[in-house]
Amino acid sequence: MLGLLGKKIGMTTIFTEEGTEQPVTVIQAGPCTVIQVKTNEHDGYSSIQLGYDSIPPKLVNKPMMGHFKNAGVKPFRKLREFRLEELSKDLTPGKVLKVEDVFSEGDKIDLTGTSKGKGFSGVVKRFNFKGGPKSHGQKDKHRSAGSIGASSLPSRVFKGLKMPGHQGNKTITIKGLRILKIIPEDNLILVKGSVAGPRGSYLVIKKQFS
Amino acid sequence: MSDQIMRKVEKPYLRDDIPDFKAGDTLKVSYKIIEGEKTRVQQYQGICIARDGSGTGATFTVRKIASGNIGVEQIFPLHSPLITNIEVLRRGRVRRAKLYFLRHKIGKAARIKELRTTKGKAKS
Repeated sequence: MLGLLGKKIGMTTIFTEEGTEQPVTVIQAGPCTVIQVKTNEHDGYSSIQLGYDSIPPKLVNKPMMGHFKNAGVKPFRKLREFRLEELSKDLTPGKVLKVEDVFSEGDKIDLTGTSKGKGFSGVVKRFNFKGGPKSHGQKDKHRSAGSIGASSLPSRVFKGLKMPGHQGNKTITIKGLRILKIIPEDNLILVKGSVAGPRGSYLVIKKQFS
Repeated sequence: MSDQIMRKVEKPYLRDDIPDFKAGDTLKVSYKIIEGEKTRVQQYQGICIARDGSGTGATFTVRKIASGNIGVEQIFPLHSPLITNIEVLRRGRVRRAKLYFLRHKIGKAARIKELRTTKGKAKS
């Protein structure tokens, strides 16, 4: 299942040929460089490691620099392995994968990103609880969760109960998004719908099994 | 950087044949309606009370008084390929960008003065 690393650029609207509006997320996908090829014989499984977003060498520590040197490539900010059942012969360290090599228009993809962090938030924001009554003599319970369980039986709070806590900044995968358009000269793909994370955040783009 | 990319992505979808108009102008909008197999062009005439958004997502709102004195508003995507023509029938003299106050005005009070331009100098 080959994929690429990318960056969220932003959202906009495009029109189809029939004239309907489509909400799209613009994603810069690649170009990614193959850094390491893992084979069944050598590593016990087969995969390729891709690098994305090149950075100056002074930002890289020595162990990582050695890893890049082995591949004979310049350093990258993000590395990611993609499991592949069959390794094709032309996938060697140093090969650059572009959007059009991996994806085509109409493909379904899975997009993994990190959602925007919301900090420690209450149940109204986090789980869409209704909160308490706003009037009729109510005090201090406008955004409270209410009861969290019965008294002597069970004498405890059940595990997994929805309570205030940290929201966001989680890895979120959205599956089955369709590529509406590919712009190869800017390494862009236009995907229908929204994707987790702020603009400029990194994404893992995987092709879906068809 | 990302703004430049966004502009480049949107560019092929932006129409360059849109006349210059703003809130207060009286418009006649012709737009295609797709009914199964058939397409036909329908016209909608009224006062533009707002222009919203930027890029491909830009819209404008047209308000008219339909039969039975019922106010009707329609929001059109400015760059939609379904819009075949926008005709500016009359330019209005207004002092704000959003004319939502027209919703509370009835009859004569809901009129808008025409924008008079000085002789020989037609406002583009």
